Amino acid sequence: MLSFVRGKVLHLVPVLFVVTCFSFLLTALLPGDLALVMAGPNATPQTVAALRSELRLDQPLPARYVDWVTRAVRGDLGTSPRSHQTVLSSIRERLPISLELLLLAELIGLVVAVPVGVASAYRAGGTLDQAASGAAFGILAIPGFVVAIVLIYLFAVQLDLVPATGYTPLTTNPLENLRSFFLPALTVGLTEAAAYTRLLRSDMIATLQEDYIAMARAKGLPTWHILLRHALKPSSFTLLTVLGINIGRLMGGALIVETIFALPGIGRLLVESIYARDLIVVQGVVAFVAVAFVLVNFGVDLLYAVLDPRIRHGRAVA
Amino acid sequence: MAAPSPDVVVEAIVVAAPVTAAGRPPAQWRRLGASFWLPAGWLGVVTLLAVLAPLLHLADPNLQDLANRTGPPSPDHVMGTDDLGRDMLSRLVWGARISLTVGYASTLLGMTVGTLIGMGAGYLRGRLEAVIVAAMDALLAFPALVLILAITTFAGHDIRIIVGVIGFLGIPAFARVARANTLAVAQREFVLAARAMGAGELRILGLEILPNIVAPVLTFGLLGVAVAMIAEGTLAFLGLSVPPPAASWGAMIAEGRGDLDTAPLVSLIPAAVFFLTIFALNLAADRLRRVIDVRASRI
Repeated sequence: MLSFVRGKVLHLVPVLFVVTCFSFLLTALLPGDLALVMAGPNATPQTVAALRSELRLDQPLPARYVDWVTRAVRGDLGTSPRSHQTVLSSIRERLPISLELLLLAELIGLVVAVPVGVASAYRAGGTLDQAASGAAFGILAIPGFVVAIVLIYLFAVQLDLVPATGYTPLTTNPLENLRSFFLPALTVGLTEAAAYTRLLRSDMIATLQEDYIAMARAKGLPTWHILLRHALKPSSFTLLTVLGINIGRLMGGALIVETIFALPGIGRLLVESIYARDLIVVQGVVAFVAVAFVLVNFGVDLLYAVLDPRIRHGRAVA
Repeated sequence: MAAPSPDVVVEAIVVAAPVTAAGRPPAQWRRLGASFWLPAGWLGVVTLLAVLAPLLHLADPNLQDLANRTGPPSPDHVMGTDDLGRDMLSRLVWGARISLTVGYASTLLGMTVGTLIGMGAGYLRGRLEAVIVAAMDALLAFPALVLILAITTFAGHDIRIIVGVIGFLGIPAFARVARANTLAVAQREFVLAARAMGAGELRILGLEILPNIVAPVLTFGLLGVAVAMIAEGTLAFLGLSVPPPAASWGAMIAEGRGDLDTAPLVSLIPAAVFFLTIFALNLAADRLRRVIDVRASRI
């Protein structure tokens, strides 16, 4: 197990290096004078000069990278020249909202996918299976912003059940908070549900062919017991991996969904900073999002190995 | 390497012949069935309309008629008008030009570069392969949408830049598919035979490997077009694709958002067209993949 972890960590280091390099180069390699772009057309030469020294534009690239990474590791991602708020405190302020969205969306995804996936696999080729597969295929083909528009039309305009956009903090009114999260969480959750259903179904079909399932059947165990107690856990590895990837992805907020529904999460922060050409925030948030994604995936890899002994002993069968 | 015996060579040529043969008999095209030809037909019609847009005598897609805002379908405007009174049908057709151009062009870019890189990695192996695989993994780990947003914001919203960025981000996925398929093909007998007959590396890559990985790569390319179109649609939806008043499907969906309660069709029609096109690309790719897989398992 230890050598497995060491190998994974060794793999993690170059990936983190490349990812931070990308975040850094993103702003460093853009054409034009960065300070001028950020300061805007009406800035005084003093503002531009101050920005230039803040961004250390007078130093060579590698020095700027090392300087930036060193400060980032200490938690200093810079301060926005626009809002005069540190990037880290902006992230800290927005992160809970993105996390709540992540949690609710994954919950919706799993609550739909596990029963539907198990039932589809149990009667593979049956009516439910065909309907679920068709629906999943269709949902996966709809881009997120189209799902959002259709859901707003159905739930907010036609049924008038929930607000179309807007955000109520959890501490102000928990019920209103849940209502404001309903549509965004459903938008993300539906796509997740479709993906998870397909994964669980195909893995479960394979598991149900195993001898020990036939054995359990021969013993006369009830079907639900076999499905949930014997077959579900060994069938859920792929599902868990993809769940992990999605959690890593959503740590950075759901860019589009947060924008459409006016949820002030990490994704919205990024889009706002991009609109405002606030490069320091863009750079900091991108680095945060990318590193979070890599680290969550790293955690999932480790968890995967804990769950499946074949992997940590390097005997995994493809 | 030991020279293969002549009978191995002969066998290899016989095995290789049906795979490399250009032009398939119509029977195999028919075997793809309606679940391929229906979506392919839709894609064909949409592409044809987009290409022929200047010849179609449609209303000016940018002509505003503020007296006729969000008008219902009428003989003058078959699909009604949008929030500025512009003809929806005309904007859909002209919007298809942008969506499809980005979809096809960026996929072509990502596919060409990615396939070359992937083939190189899968055939030449060694340290080069390790470096390429690591670089591609890192690029895949980077949140793509964030990169697209950031670059287009600062580099401009020119369609060539959008195509370039989306295409660039498609490279690792195509490199992976190409490498995996190259690995499978590179060990086959006909490659050995070609090498035994003195073919150079480039000749082997171009004439033996490439024809055998083209089908899976092109199938994946259909999915790539869908992904690229979604990326452009997302940019357009955020107002970061080609600047207005140019019509783009994503922008049309976004523009109609404010009128969902009074004139839902302004948003829902482009949403439906966009969905059908992405769905068609997915269906066609799925069907092709199944057919190719069956053929591969029969060889």
